Amino acid sequence: MSDIALTPNAFEAHHGGHEHHHDADHKPGFFARWFMSTNHKDIGTLYLIFAITAGIIGGAISGLMRAELMHPGIQFLGQWANTLNHIRGGGDVNMDQARHLWNVLVTAHGLIMVFFMVMPAMIGGFGNWFVPLMIGAPDMAFPRMNNISFWLLIPSFTLLLASPFFGGADGGAGTGWTVYAPLSTQEAGPSVDMAILSLHLAGASSILGAINFITTIFNMRAPGMTLHKMPLFVWSVLVTAFLLLLALPVLAAAITMLLTDRNFGTTFFQAEGGGDPILYQHLFWFFGHPEVYIMILPGFGMISQIIATFSKKPVFGYLGMAYAMVAIGVVGFIVWAHHMFTTGLSVNTKMYFTAATMVIAVPTGIKIFSWIATMWGGSMSFKTPMVWALGFIFMFTVGGVTGVVLANGGVDDYMQDTYYVVAHFHYVLSLGAVFSLFAGFYYWFPKMSGRMYNEFLGILHFIVFFIGVNVLFFPMHFLGLQGMPRRYPDYPNAFEHYNTVATVGYMIMAAGMAIFFVNLIWSLVAGKKAPNNPWGEGATTLEWTLSSPPPFHQFETLPVIDGGDSHHH
Amino acid sequence: MRFIGVKTAMLAAGLMLAGAGQAAPQAPAAPPPATAATPAATTTAPAATAATAADAKATPAAATPAANDPLLSMDGAPPMKPTAGIGQPVDGEIGLQPQVTKNGERAAGFHNHWLVPTITIISVFVLILLFIVMIRFNRRSNPVPSKTAHNTAIEVVWTLVPVLILVVLAIPSIGLLQAQFAPPPKSAITLKVTGNQWYWTYSYPDNGGFEITSNLLKEKDEVAPGERARTDDDGPRLLAVDNRVVLPVGVPIRLQTTSADVIHSWAIPAFWIKLDAVPGRLNETSFTIEKPGLYFGQCSELCGPKHGYMPIAVEAVPLDVYNKWVVAKGGKVAGAAEPAAAAPADANASAPADANAAAPAGPTAGNAATPAPVTNQAATANPAGAGNTGN
Repeated sequence: MSDIALTPNAFEAHHGGHEHHHDADHKPGFFARWFMSTNHKDIGTLYLIFAITAGIIGGAISGLMRAELMHPGIQFLGQWANTLNHIRGGGDVNMDQARHLWNVLVTAHGLIMVFFMVMPAMIGGFGNWFVPLMIGAPDMAFPRMNNISFWLLIPSFTLLLASPFFGGADGGAGTGWTVYAPLSTQEAGPSVDMAILSLHLAGASSILGAINFITTIFNMRAPGMTLHKMPLFVWSVLVTAFLLLLALPVLAAAITMLLTDRNFGTTFFQAEGGGDPILYQHLFWFFGHPEVYIMILPGFGMISQIIATFSKKPVFGYLGMAYAMVAIGVVGFIVWAHHMFTTGLSVNTKMYFTAATMVIAVPTGIKIFSWIATMWGGSMSFKTPMVWALGFIFMFTVGGVTGVVLANGGVDDYMQDTYYVVAHFHYVLSLGAVFSLFAGFYYWFPKMSGRMYNEFLGILHFIVFFIGVNVLFFPMHFLGLQGMPRRYPDYPNAFEHYNTVATVGYMIMAAGMAIFFVNLIWSLVAGKKAPNNPWGEGATTLEWTLSSPPPFHQFETLPVIDGGDSHHH
Repeated sequence: MRFIGVKTAMLAAGLMLAGAGQAAPQAPAAPPPATAATPAATTTAPAATAATAADAKATPAAATPAANDPLLSMDGAPPMKPTAGIGQPVDGEIGLQPQVTKNGERAAGFHNHWLVPTITIISVFVLILLFIVMIRFNRRSNPVPSKTAHNTAIEVVWTLVPVLILVVLAIPSIGLLQAQFAPPPKSAITLKVTGNQWYWTYSYPDNGGFEITSNLLKEKDEVAPGERARTDDDGPRLLAVDNRVVLPVGVPIRLQTTSADVIHSWAIPAFWIKLDAVPGRLNETSFTIEKPGLYFGQCSELCGPKHGYMPIAVEAVPLDVYNKWVVAKGGKVAGAAEPAAAAPADANASAPADANAAAPAGPTAGNAATPAPVTNQAATANPAGAGNTGN
């Protein structure tokens, strides 16, 4: 906070004068502003509040799971299942119904974290807030569609959260977030249908959002801002939007077929009717693999902005960085069956998907090395966002290299469906995507709220969280290598040691989250007033030319981007 | 599918009738006609069940060897106790389980000697670079940042070097896949695994098609009075089963998996084997166990509330012990009792595809090196390939 400086930025945005901001800051009343909002910043805020809420729920569910898994044997599951069934109006449940609750928890954790935490935070939250600001646009292209994108998530999340309360003692969708047929078509009761409809709504929300971002980025850039001058965060959201647009309809098709298989007697995925359960997996992963890049690409974009800002250097190899994301997006569509290596694929198929999957490591490597090269020769200051970004680079590397191990179809036969896979995807998501979310949150918190966060608490949050998640997830590699399968409420006693360690890691991580919430509340209430640009000369993108928080309507006179030497080549 | 099943059953029946004529004057106990039909049926598993079932009914004779054979424990399996550290997880261990198949050793070697060092070096390399930039290029040590944002040479290097590393890794990886997909010899013994909610059924189509059902053994405090509970000799908690799969050591095993309800996955870490059991499909792979022992695995595809409660236990024994177990189970040992003369005889009977059936198979029980009778071509010519189990 000592290096607060109002410095010129590389884009040299020209404003029509500050007096505009006073007119532009006329806000509607509370209800109209937050419930009928068409303002990209308010919708972004709504998305962030939504994502934090979902993150608390999803994180609490993982806490339940870690508590149960701390020691072998069933400790709490029966109690929890009884409590849940009493809420449903039933009596005590039997052991199998309690075990079903385990699958419900696994499923809910996965779906909540993917569809209601990471995606809304990255794309809905930061994308909405900063894409228009960074390209010098007054708002999104379709503000009302933006509104419905957000509000579709409310019934969607409600359906998912309500689903365990229907269907009696066997209620709840216990299918895993992948909703594989025929397990998902066999489970009776309304819960799975509710989960499917929830995914439909979330998917529709994302598709509308994707259309909005693509249109905004293609048509509403300020004069002079060519595609090759766009900040990398905008590039990342653009690529992500295309992935959403192309992948989600396939998911929608697959789960619609599930729905008709469940309710209307079709047999798309039922062997006894001539269908094929593996067809569902192909459709699901054709969506599912791009989905993992949807969850990480905006994070890449944020990390690029943060590294450049706090190194006081432009991003190294800007074009390579932009097109590496495009390449990851394209290749991400042709590697899906590496999630299906044990389903009985032919040898040629396994060879192809092994080779294609490995290719992804190349553009990913370009990104890792370009971030390091951006810092090389820089003048780094270790503010909280930068520390999270550094943590991201290393943790994402660790998660990435275990991905190279899993890419080998012949090796994956051993790891498939074990904790090794759980460790891998939590390293790229819980330590990758989530680290980038925290980095972005601290980076933009002053801009969004108009107040500075507490630097000490921010760093403390990082240290505790970093230790926690590593203690939580690193031992899972060992469990996987020893053969512990996923989605088990109980395990042979020989898996106890590292399960106990992992649960301790969860507790440390949870303590880190407590620090985050203390910081968040303290900063919102009593944080120092944030200047327009708290990060100094390194922060060159357009959002830092505006007040903190920005006026309700910004850029009524479009900024003109001239020169832009930072990305010149 | 039904057509194929019927056709094969008829074929099997035909072979049996034909063989019966030959067999009539021969030695009493042996059921040569049935063995002639069995390999024919089992090479194409979809049809196998029907044919072998018919077969089994036709030949109740083989059940003579006593069930009180000293080699056999109460569930009919040779009494073998689990060995700590072999075929099961070890608390606190951080690496792969010891491998007891050739492909498993090869894959573990690739993992331990190629992949792990490579990824460790890459991670440490990135970590070192991060420390270097943090120390050398922070605000104090380097107050004036450079403006370098391009260096084509280094960008080419960090694109091509990873490509090279990946190519170096891809070669053994592709080789491993080739080895894993090498078809088993025709003499391989087939183990057909069917996943059920929540237990496994196993059948031995090459050994008369008898079937065993394998359930989790519950703990003492979980069983009803009189019900069998797990003891430490059965194996660890959540891994021990009532009826183990028994397989011979040193003989290629052709593993086929399918499911009666939802998708399951049959996995034994010590074999480096994991193969999904999918309803409506028949998946196949193969392995050869090299060391006798007791090997455990667990269902590896979410299949409902008791997904975590359908373990797998394989007992690998020498072939002669295996053969005794097969006989005790009412199964037949490949080529064991059939007089060599029987084979050429029925060659005349099955019209279209008898050429191979005539192979003078004279293996004796207990000799692992000798191949079992060559497959009858009637079966291999059958278009009912993998993908149809007739469920």
